[in-house]
Amino acid sequence: MEYMILLHSDESAAPDFAPGSPEFDAMMGEWMAFNAELAEGGHMIGGASLAPTGTATTLHKSPEGNSTTDGPYAETKEQLGGYYLVEAADLDEALAIAAKVPIPFGKFEVRPIAFRPEV
Amino acid sequence: MATIEAALAQLVRQDAPRVLALLAGRYSDVHLADDAVADALAEAAKRWPTDGVPDNPGAWLNRVASRRAVDRIRRLDVERRRIRSAAPELHADPNETTTMHDMFLIDDPISDPNLPEDQLRLMFLCCHPALNRDAQVALTLRLIAGLTTDEIAAAYLIPTPTLAQRISRAKAKIRDAAIPLHMPSHLEHRLDVVLSVLYLVFNEGYLGRGEDPEPMRVDLCEEALRLTRSLVDLLPDHAEIHGLLALELFHHARRDARLDTNADLVLLPDQDRSTWHQGGIEQGNTALRDAMALKAPGRYQIQAMIAGYHTNATNADDTNWTRIADLYGRLVTIDPSPIAALNRAVAIGMADGPQAGLAALPNRDDLADYHLFHAAEAELHLMAGNVEPARTAFAEARRMARNPAEIRHLDRRIADIQ
Repeated sequence: MEYMILLHSDESAAPDFAPGSPEFDAMMGEWMAFNAELAEGGHMIGGASLAPTGTATTLHKSPEGNSTTDGPYAETKEQLGGYYLVEAADLDEALAIAAKVPIPFGKFEVRPIAFRPEV
Repeated sequence: MATIEAALAQLVRQDAPRVLALLAGRYSDVHLADDAVADALAEAAKRWPTDGVPDNPGAWLNRVASRRAVDRIRRLDVERRRIRSAAPELHADPNETTTMHDMFLIDDPISDPNLPEDQLRLMFLCCHPALNRDAQVALTLRLIAGLTTDEIAAAYLIPTPTLAQRISRAKAKIRDAAIPLHMPSHLEHRLDVVLSVLYLVFNEGYLGRGEDPEPMRVDLCEEALRLTRSLVDLLPDHAEIHGLLALELFHHARRDARLDTNADLVLLPDQDRSTWHQGGIEQGNTALRDAMALKAPGRYQIQAMIAGYHTNATNADDTNWTRIADLYGRLVTIDPSPIAALNRAVAIGMADGPQAGLAALPNRDDLADYHLFHAAEAELHLMAGNVEPARTAFAEARRMARNPAEIRHLDRRIADIQ
């Protein structure tokens, strides 16, 4: 089974360490260890960290005509900040993977993939 | 004919859940198991009136349902092969094969060594935290207790289609999100969910009692007790399950005293203790002793101890309120809910006087919408002789109450102090 883990968290609470600082290196080390663990376990299909919502543009598509607005689709405190696409035996394994994502607070939505074109 | 109906009813309630658990375990597929058991039950309903009841109905069901499961797998396999040859690009894994299961267990399901484990796994599946509470309750009653959709809907006073849709949505999520049928790795946490589902079912039966005197209605208290007992048998080393059983038994022992002949609520101190079921109280005491021997305290055990102090008191004045207040204090530390704090304040009021009780009341803002907060405050004020504050609090409780028996009770209390 393939699952998408959508990482929603409060981006204003995200750590803002300067690259090169020991805190930044520690944080990156945690992420790299997590990614390596996913890859070694055969779980990693893909994933991404998104640029902050300040960079988002929402396209409103409709047969009457498209329009765009500045900002993310949903104005909520917790925003989609990234995702993982993983292979897992079942929902319990996918949830266990989601629990290990090194973000301390957030709402991580776990959804099975219904269909994904082979590339 | 009556005996055939009774045999069929027993088959549905007792044997069907066992066979379902075994088949679900064997094929790791709860849908297949449910469908196969439904096929076999339909066959029993059709054939038994003419063929007679088999010698061992459980073994009969096991054999027929196993055969139906294999039939369904074969049909599915043919279907899959047809789809695969028509649209091979939709199947990323061409090596995937369906194993043919031709092993028949013709024994009585009860003697199958896999039964306990399979029943537990199915119970944990029904109470998986990825399902919402209503779905957990519906699935547990349907797949573990063997109730029909009609019976569950009637017990909860909701339309059958609503309940049927709730169950089919839950089953679809189990299939599509691949919620697994296996023993959870964090057993304690998952067990907690199962216990809260069982207690919820019990309370629904307990609080709903008397509101709908439909005699054919399934007794949810009895069902919850039956499920809790079977969970005790499956996991005998878990103290909280014994604790929940004791709690349910103590409440259930007072079932005939809770409402008077007008279906009006009778509060604990006013209940006719001669109508309490002594056998049930004894069973509750035994369950509580079993729980405490395991030396792993928890909130169900504490609540059972409190219920035990009430039910074992020969009259209301003998109630050991000091111990009960202490136990609520312990409960508050484990489960810091405002409702536990409210109960503690009431117990303190009974033990040390109304002023102490009023002083121990939890923050009003946490329970402003809870009618029992205002009712408890009113009773404490009344005990302290504060008539006007009591009147105001009763009126507030009356405004918040929803249960008709509770509303009538509050109306009487308000009339009493006029």
